[in-house]
Amino acid sequence: MDLGNLESLDYFYPEAILTGTILLVILLDLVLKNKKVPALLAFAGCGVSLWFTWKLYGASGGWLFHRMMVLDNFSLFFKLVALAATILVIWMSSASREIEQVHQGEYLAILLSSTLGMFFMASSTNLLMAYLSLEFVSITSYILTGFLPRNRRSSEAALKYLIYGGVASGAMIYGMSWIFGMTGSLDYAQINQALVLGQPNRLALFIALVFILAGFGYKIVFVPFHMWSPDVYQGAPTPVTAFLSVGSNAAGVAILVRFFFPALSHPAAGGDWQFISGVEWPQFLLVVSMVTMTLGNLSALNQQNVKRMLAYSGIAHAGYILMGLVVLNNEGLQAVLFYIVVYLIMNLGAFLVVVVVANATGKEDIDVYRGLAWRGAAVPAVAMAIFLFSLTGLPPLAGFIGKFFLFAAVIKQEFYLLAVVAVVNSVISLYYYARVVKVMFLDFPEPADGEVQMNAGAAVMLGLLSAMTLLFGIYWGPLVAFTNQSLRFFVK
Amino acid sequence: MTDHVLTYMVFFPVAGMLVVLLLPSDRHGLIRWTSAIFTVPPLLLGIWLYRNFDVTNPGLQFKEQVDWIPAYNIQYFVGIDGISISMVLLTALLSFLCIFASWGIDKGVKGYFALFLLLDAGMMGVFVALDFFLFYIFWEVMLLPMYFLIGIWGGPRREYAAIKFFLYTLFGSVLMLLAILALYFTSEPHTFDMTQLIARSGKYATTPLSMWPFDQLRWGFQHVVWMALFIGFAIKIPAFPFHTWLPDAHVEAPTAISVILAGVLLKMGTYGILRINYPMLPQATADLAYVFLAALGTWNIIYGALCAMAQKDFKKLVAYSSVSHMGYVMLGMASFTPQGISGAVLQMFNHGTITGMLFLMVGVIYDRAHHRDIEGFGGLASIMPLYTGVSALAIFASMGLPGLSGFISEVLVLLGSWQKYTILTVFAATGVILTAGYLLWTIQRVFLGAADEKYKMLPEITGRELFTMIPLGIIVIIVGVYPSVVLDLLRASLDQLNQIVIPHLS
Repeated sequence: MDLGNLESLDYFYPEAILTGTILLVILLDLVLKNKKVPALLAFAGCGVSLWFTWKLYGASGGWLFHRMMVLDNFSLFFKLVALAATILVIWMSSASREIEQVHQGEYLAILLSSTLGMFFMASSTNLLMAYLSLEFVSITSYILTGFLPRNRRSSEAALKYLIYGGVASGAMIYGMSWIFGMTGSLDYAQINQALVLGQPNRLALFIALVFILAGFGYKIVFVPFHMWSPDVYQGAPTPVTAFLSVGSNAAGVAILVRFFFPALSHPAAGGDWQFISGVEWPQFLLVVSMVTMTLGNLSALNQQNVKRMLAYSGIAHAGYILMGLVVLNNEGLQAVLFYIVVYLIMNLGAFLVVVVVANATGKEDIDVYRGLAWRGAAVPAVAMAIFLFSLTGLPPLAGFIGKFFLFAAVIKQEFYLLAVVAVVNSVISLYYYARVVKVMFLDFPEPADGEVQMNAGAAVMLGLLSAMTLLFGIYWGPLVAFTNQSLRFFVK
Repeated sequence: MTDHVLTYMVFFPVAGMLVVLLLPSDRHGLIRWTSAIFTVPPLLLGIWLYRNFDVTNPGLQFKEQVDWIPAYNIQYFVGIDGISISMVLLTALLSFLCIFASWGIDKGVKGYFALFLLLDAGMMGVFVALDFFLFYIFWEVMLLPMYFLIGIWGGPRREYAAIKFFLYTLFGSVLMLLAILALYFTSEPHTFDMTQLIARSGKYATTPLSMWPFDQLRWGFQHVVWMALFIGFAIKIPAFPFHTWLPDAHVEAPTAISVILAGVLLKMGTYGILRINYPMLPQATADLAYVFLAALGTWNIIYGALCAMAQKDFKKLVAYSSVSHMGYVMLGMASFTPQGISGAVLQMFNHGTITGMLFLMVGVIYDRAHHRDIEGFGGLASIMPLYTGVSALAIFASMGLPGLSGFISEVLVLLGSWQKYTILTVFAATGVILTAGYLLWTIQRVFLGAADEKYKMLPEITGRELFTMIPLGIIVIIVGVYPSVVLDLLRASLDQLNQIVIPHLS
């Protein structure tokens, strides 16, 4: 199925609805003075879009817009993830004091635009489209990061993000131009054909891939393209940080998998993949994975700010996710998809607790969590403990199952060193996660520490996320089935 | 009812935890009694198990097997044999008694008892699980409550002790996870079912590697997996050099948690080796038992005893005596003789009851004097005669006095190991003398001599405290006089286990 522009629109409802919602949010915000309406509208728009995306899921798949985009379960999976993240972040934003100060309409419109960009990232099958969608997400992210008016940290973070992002995308488009030069095409399938038939220069291909990885790596936050993340995570408004940590991370994984698997490899028997030429990019990812998780975890050890700590922990988790790409089979990919869902749940949960505490105290330092469990906030404290232990990978929590699949995939392919490094990293990570738990439960509050209250919306969301963290730790069969189905690529 | 007896034993405490969480947090009495009530059914079911256990059947009994995640061949699979039944009984008993030993907790009562019940369920689960995945989940489930129980309700350095315990154990268990996955993927079709893995134990590669310094050792997949599992278990035992978390955890933990730690948690290490390493990796067990079980066990015995001798803190002394006594278990296991291996499992049971008593004893005196400095006491025999009597029983049992349970298991271990490792046994036997030395010296310093003026007013041991110690004392005497009450349970299964490993011994 290879559709032109007009026929493609039949499969373009989710994006169209999102676009419509963005325009409506902007318009209504101009007309109405009520602050709640844009949020409700955005929420509803995402919900409708989610429903249409779900309806497309399982369709036979095909090229859209003259092979610029693709429709397959894999892209729909990431669209669902992006929508879930957006919905939860809008929910979270409504509970956040920081976001209350900003202009709702603009904020939501840009947030949804970013989501739209992630949609394009997930389904682009043309280097030009990939570049454009990545830039779309990046630029909206820069704006979201700097959204807090008259907040120097926020502005500084945005500027830093912009500069790093600019350099990374410059490198990426340079690498893409090499690929174009070698294969004469921007289309993934044609690149694949050209690389299979012709014998590309190995060194040239390697250099091109490294440059392209710079662009993708900067979205997924792996070493050495991670430097921006601690500052940006700390400076951005917390719901935005949460959004960046799960949304753009997932979209980055989507674009990377789409390019490295269907474009640069070909499917072999039994769910395995074979990479095309002499460039052993899985080996390269192996090293990047080990360095990323180790560096992320070690840097997280000494952080005093919870958001910054979660930024470094996010780097470490990017390293874990890469583990699943090293093994080059569907099992690994499935582990990656599973981990993305689980990471979404537990990380958004952790950030929500950060929002709750920041609302009450105005701070994000670990110190302000002192004795949280004894300050009338036992529920957020227990939920935070669940999310953090889940991030460590302790059973019976969802994070354990996520890591379990990654370890399983890696061990099955006999990458024992990688498995051992990951295991040691899990132990290191426990230290800093447990430190927050320690502060919340083992330290007792001082008289100066006030009570921490949360509103009903936050409480419901917190309950939902921690219940899911527990549930997927005990019964994850349906989720596995879903990720399994999502591995259907449209490649021809 | 009887079809799901093990499930009930595991999940009664979980139900108890949920109920406790729903109670109002200021009703301390209600919370305590509720927790106590929920530990009674497991104890009664344990007695029922004991009476209905078929001692002639070496296989698994009271099995329950249900698919859990069929896509990965993960099952909810529980059952017990002679190796696990003694541990299940011990867990049920100590959990029940420790609720009463925790009566004095008055800070965060609700949280304490909820976590305690969760811990109880985790421990019970480890001893009945027969699916590797389930085993691992229970193993880890126990970690979290332990961290909080030490960390919130412990002594002055509780945070340090709690995180040290947590990190050590997690390191061991993640290595174990890798080993479990390796076993899973080498089995065809992939399975976590322990009985299946045992049935396929013969096929692992044991390619000899000449670069290994010991010529008689072969080093292959089996050995690597064995070591990964062993490190996980050795940390729990705790075997030298992984033992350093233990004195810290013990000293800082509240009394009841010390009892659980020494009485049940340490057994998980040796239980794991018997349940998993022995039958699943028999060749590696035969090759590595000398260095890592027999020699290390002997070292544990002597080193632990010497460390105990040097302690000024009463609780630390008991903690190091645990390190020493667990050494007998390792040595006995490694002998592969009927006496040695049943002595080892009996020692696991006995150590649980005896150390339980010892920690309760230290707890009693700490509650009154608010310190545990051995030198600070003296002449307690004249102030608290009843307390002294019970304590003496515990100490003599720990020393291995004939007629008490500790004696039987130590003698069996030494008898067994003599047949295989004569020289090591000689060294190990000196541990008996060292143990007698530090324990008698302790009796002298704490109970004998002239009573200190400032302790003249110490109240005698209370009824509740006696209630926690007396049942253990009775068991110590019964097993000491008539060890068959426990040994009969173990024999058939242990013989069968031995038969798996012995053909691999060179």
